[in-house]
Amino acid sequence: MLKVKDLNVYYGVIHALKGIDFNVPENKIVTLIGSNGAGKSSTLKAVAGLVKPKGKISFLGHNIVGKRAYKITKQGLALVPEGRHVFVNLSITENLRMGAFGKKYSELKPLYKKAFDMFPILKERANQKAGTLSGGEQQMLALARALMSEPSLLMLDEPSLGLAPKIVAEVFDIIKSLNRGGMTILLVEQNAGLALKIADYAYVLENGAITLEGDAKSVLNNEQVRKSYLGEI
Amino acid sequence: MNITIILQQLVNGLSLGSLYGLIAIGYTMVYGVIRLINFAHGDIMMVGTYFALFAATTFLLPWWAAFIVAIALAALLGVFIDKVAYKPLRNASRISSLITAIGVSFLLENLFLVLFGGVPRAFKIPQVFSGVVHLNGVIIPIIALITPIVAIVCLLLLMQILQHTKYGIAMRALSLDMETTRIMGANVDAIIAFVFAIGSALAAIGGIFWALRYPSINPLMGIMPGLKAFAAAVLGGIGSVPGAALGGFIIGITEILVVAFLPSLAGYKDAFAFLLLIFVLLFKPTGIMGEDLEKGRF
Ligand SMILES: Nc1ncnc2c1ncn2[C@@H]1O[C@H](COP(=O)(O)OP(=O)(O)OP(=O)(O)O)[C@@H](O)[C@H]1O
Ligand SMILES: [Mg+2]
Repeated sequence: MLKVKDLNVYYGVIHALKGIDFNVPENKIVTLIGSNGAGKSSTLKAVAGLVKPKGKISFLGHNIVGKRAYKITKQGLALVPEGRHVFVNLSITENLRMGAFGKKYSELKPLYKKAFDMFPILKERANQKAGTLSGGEQQMLALARALMSEPSLLMLDEPSLGLAPKIVAEVFDIIKSLNRGGMTILLVEQNAGLALKIADYAYVLENGAITLEGDAKSVLNNEQVRKSYLGEI
Repeated sequence: MNITIILQQLVNGLSLGSLYGLIAIGYTMVYGVIRLINFAHGDIMMVGTYFALFAATTFLLPWWAAFIVAIALAALLGVFIDKVAYKPLRNASRISSLITAIGVSFLLENLFLVLFGGVPRAFKIPQVFSGVVHLNGVIIPIIALITPIVAIVCLLLLMQILQHTKYGIAMRALSLDMETTRIMGANVDAIIAFVFAIGSALAAIGGIFWALRYPSINPLMGIMPGLKAFAAAVLGGIGSVPGAALGGFIIGITEILVVAFLPSLAGYKDAFAFLLLIFVLLFKPTGIMGEDLEKGRF
């Protein structure tokens, strides 16, 4: 579904991604783990078209390097950005409406229903401003908003960030069940333990380069990973 | 000083205030989405008025068609200015766009001075807009009644667009977070163009009704109304559409009341708008209806 080759991202003189390769096959959860500043968000932003990369990105067989972000979204890619970035000045329904920006008016009703069925908490607060939601609820909204476009590939940037463990577990349950429903997912996490437990395949990113990859289970059992990312000594 | 005169002046102030309000909306919306004070906005109002004049006199259109053509052309002009002058600077520092806006303003003013001269031209007032009505002994020019109605209808329409249409919601989203608006699948450039179109169309409506009130137009006619509308936008809370309308009404009414009741200070009437602005900002730096800018607008 997504094939990335020799991806480079520069911010001025900073070389944030130094030629990484990775693949996200259909119906799989692939995770990209790494510590602060490793380049995880840069990777997702490059794929989504928010930063201009060098290299090859093929999504559903089309080259998307240099394409504008809104066109990439329309091709079926959705990103839940780091820090959620819900539109706090819009109501929950309006946030969902933005998520379905590329949809026709007639397609909206079943999409709202699906979102509200999956996230009942959002239904209760449908007309409330998103800024009044708690962090966990905002993460649910960001997820629901991304799903409104019925993406082929869902990219999640640190969905566990700043959430209580109970909420994190809820979010990961939802990710897992989305995947069971056939959704292809690229999951970026610092919380490597959680990510590796639900993922099929994993890449470890360090200082802009991929240093390790493999089945999530094998990466989870890798000694180096256990030391660096799972806090075991 | 009796109640009749007070009423007359209030209507007059409301009418002037609606003009400021109509122009102020363009400032506030453009600022809301790209954080730019479009200093050329007053000049777009001027150009819109000239468009109406030419459509009616050179192309002999009936007045209503002339107005519609002028409003549409002004909208296109706004979009064009954004495309050639501001869009290339979207990622540059804010001061670059600001200085560019001042440059566009000078360009429009001087272009029209060169093309059409500095001598004011008469703006022909259609029959429907002339005349007065008597209401319980209060004599009110028809135009002073129509102007606020037009302004309020425009404001309500705009609020409907902002609250209930896809593009309106996207404008509000954009005012908060451009990057996230992009990944929703929205073409941000098109939305910004739409904002310029709306703002410029409203400025042209303001200009046309300005000319119906003061039927002599010249290439520098946009400067003072533009500045006062800017003051109105800041007074009301820049970024807020109802705030811009409210700010316009306050400044218009204050100005008229000062002239009417403190005639010795009439010469300073233009200064009052700015005094009022300074005064309000001292107590509420975000303006009357303004909130923290980083929370998004409209
Ligand atoms: N807009 C930017 N301008 C300059 N440098 C940037 C920019 N965005 C990211 N960087 C730099 O690029 C590198 C990678 O950043 P990135 O945000 O991709 O890391 P990350 O893995 O997502 O980190 P975190 O876990 O903290 O979110 C960092 O060194 C960062 O400082
Ligand atoms: Mg990050």
